[in-house]
Order: sequence, then structure tokens, then C-alpha cells
Amino acid sequence: MADLLKAVEARKNEKIPELQPGDTVNVHTKIKEGDRERIQEFKGTVIRLRKGGNEASFTVRRVASNGIGVERTFLLRSPRVDKVVVERHNKVRRAQLYFMRGRTGKSARLKQKFE
Amino acid sequence: MLKGLIGKKIGMTQIFDDQGVAYPVTLIEAGPCYVTQIRKPEKEGYSAVQLGFGEVHPKRLSNGELGHLNANKIPPMRFLREFRIKTPELNIGDKVTVDVFAVGERVDVLGVSKGKGFAGVVKRHHFHGMNATHGTSDRNRAPGSNSSGTTPGRVYRGSRRAGHMGMDRVTSQNLKVVMVDAERNLIALHGAVPGGKGSLVVLKETRKQ
Repeated sequence: MADLLKAVEARKNEKIPELQPGDTVNVHTKIKEGDRERIQEFKGTVIRLRKGGNEASFTVRRVASNGIGVERTFLLRSPRVDKVVVERHNKVRRAQLYFMRGRTGKSARLKQKFE
Repeated sequence: MLKGLIGKKIGMTQIFDDQGVAYPVTLIEAGPCYVTQIRKPEKEGYSAVQLGFGEVHPKRLSNGELGHLNANKIPPMRFLREFRIKTPELNIGDKVTVDVFAVGERVDVLGVSKGKGFAGVVKRHHFHGMNATHGTSDRNRAPGSNSSGTTPGRVYRGSRRAGHMGMDRVTSQNLKVVMVDAERNLIALHGAVPGGKGSLVVLKETRKQ
């Protein structure tokens, strides 16, 4: 029975690379408007990675105008995610970066991690 | 055309439709079912179709059950269920598969809910229970008082108490068909379906239209 469940689950979205908490990413999502399709970008920091195979997801946080924080969660296997570009890795010591929610301006910066 | 099937609940998962929308779905291995009997108003007093599901070793069935199926050269079937239908355009021995349902249609699902055993009033009837603190001792999930005093001097009939919960015949109505896989005899329905994994479910055309 478990095999049947696996058989209908979505395949891995190959356009999403390995992500790490703290990564600065640019997520391109396909948006349908009527019969037209366009790409929307969402740039921010990965503050959470949720594992779990078929239901795995990641949350990206960005600070929009007027210092209002916006978080968006994407499913890792969603066919709507066109691609994810990792712009830089950052040095973080936690798996969940919820502390970023209370920070603005200078204190909301993360140090870049060089390989 | 008969819109009904017998199946086995596989479990829940999440799938995407062609728009990329994620749906929480229950997967059901439905059919293939065989028409084992046509019930006619002239003989039985009503019209219906009897379907069989789940091939088994002949030893698993009684001679009566075997004879009923053998008479029409149908393989031994574990489960037989009736579906009321006015004009059955089917013959005995016909195969019914998941093809009868199409993506986007709505179905009702009958099943037997998970048994909870002897359950208290908090679980069974959603009573609120009592305070955790403020001097409450050993009464956190108690039902409270039963009735007034001398009048009426008895407990009203049908008042909600602790007792056996679950193992009831439950119908989930108006579930949307998200996916049909004729090759694997699978059907995916939006939302939850009564019963545990591996339990028998009956799919019907929905009454809510």
C-alpha cells in the first residue's frame, strides 16, 4: 500500500537546488493570469526548511517597503516553482531563523559564508 | 450508467493537479468490480445492482457464496455490495472499473469509522471538561451533573454520556475526484474518508447536486 502512495506523489522539482537556512535566494514562480503565464520573483532569506518528502517546504522572508516583513512558503515539489537561484550562502548557527522576525535594518544582516 | 464502486482505502497524501495546486487527497484502490447480480422489481421488489470486489481463494468463501458467483462464472469475491439504480444497463459478469468516475466529479464515500472504544464525554461529545486548577481535583474530564433535583427526578432520555465511540457507518459527502489512474485502479479524492488504512469503502455518485 505504501508503494501505491509513493507512486502518485510528485517527482522532485529538479530546478530547486539544495538549500540551507540563511541562504539568500531568488524564487521564480509561475503565475497564471487568465490564459497568460508570467514569472514572479521573490527574493529573500531562507528562514526555514521543512523536510518530509512529498510535503517538504521552505520559507523565504523578505522585508518589503516600509519595513514590513513578508514570508512566503513554497512546496519543494511544486511544479509552480520555475527555478530557485541561490545568490549567496550566509553564516547561521540555527536551523530555524525565527529570530530574524524581530530584527530590522543593520541587525537583520547576515554574514556571508565563503566556501 | 452505474456510478458506484467498492474499494480499499490506501491512505492520505498530497498531489498537484495540472494547474499546480496542491490537494490533500485520500487514495483509494477501487475496483475492478464484477456485476454479480441484477435485482429486478419483478423478483426482488426493487431494482439494484450487486457488485463484488476483492478476489480471494475459493476456500475463504462458504459454499453458498461460491455457488452464487460460480453460477455466472465470476471469480470468488470477498465483498458484495448493492447499489440502487433505476435502469441498470449492465449484465451479470460485467467489469466495473475506476473509469466510471472522471476528474472533477463529486462522490459520496461510505466507510466504517475508526473504533475509539469506550470513550468519555470530552472525546465523544466535545464537552469542555472542567478547570485544570482552582481547586479541581480528579474531575477534569468528568461529565458534570446529570439533571436538576426533585423535578424531574430522573435523567432525560438521550442525554449525552460516555460510551462506545467509532466503528460507525459514516458517509463523507460531496468529495471531489482529483485523479483517476485506470492502470493501477486508483482514485484520489479531495479530503478525508472514514476508516483506517486498508478498510473497505464504497463510492457512490453524490446526492448533493
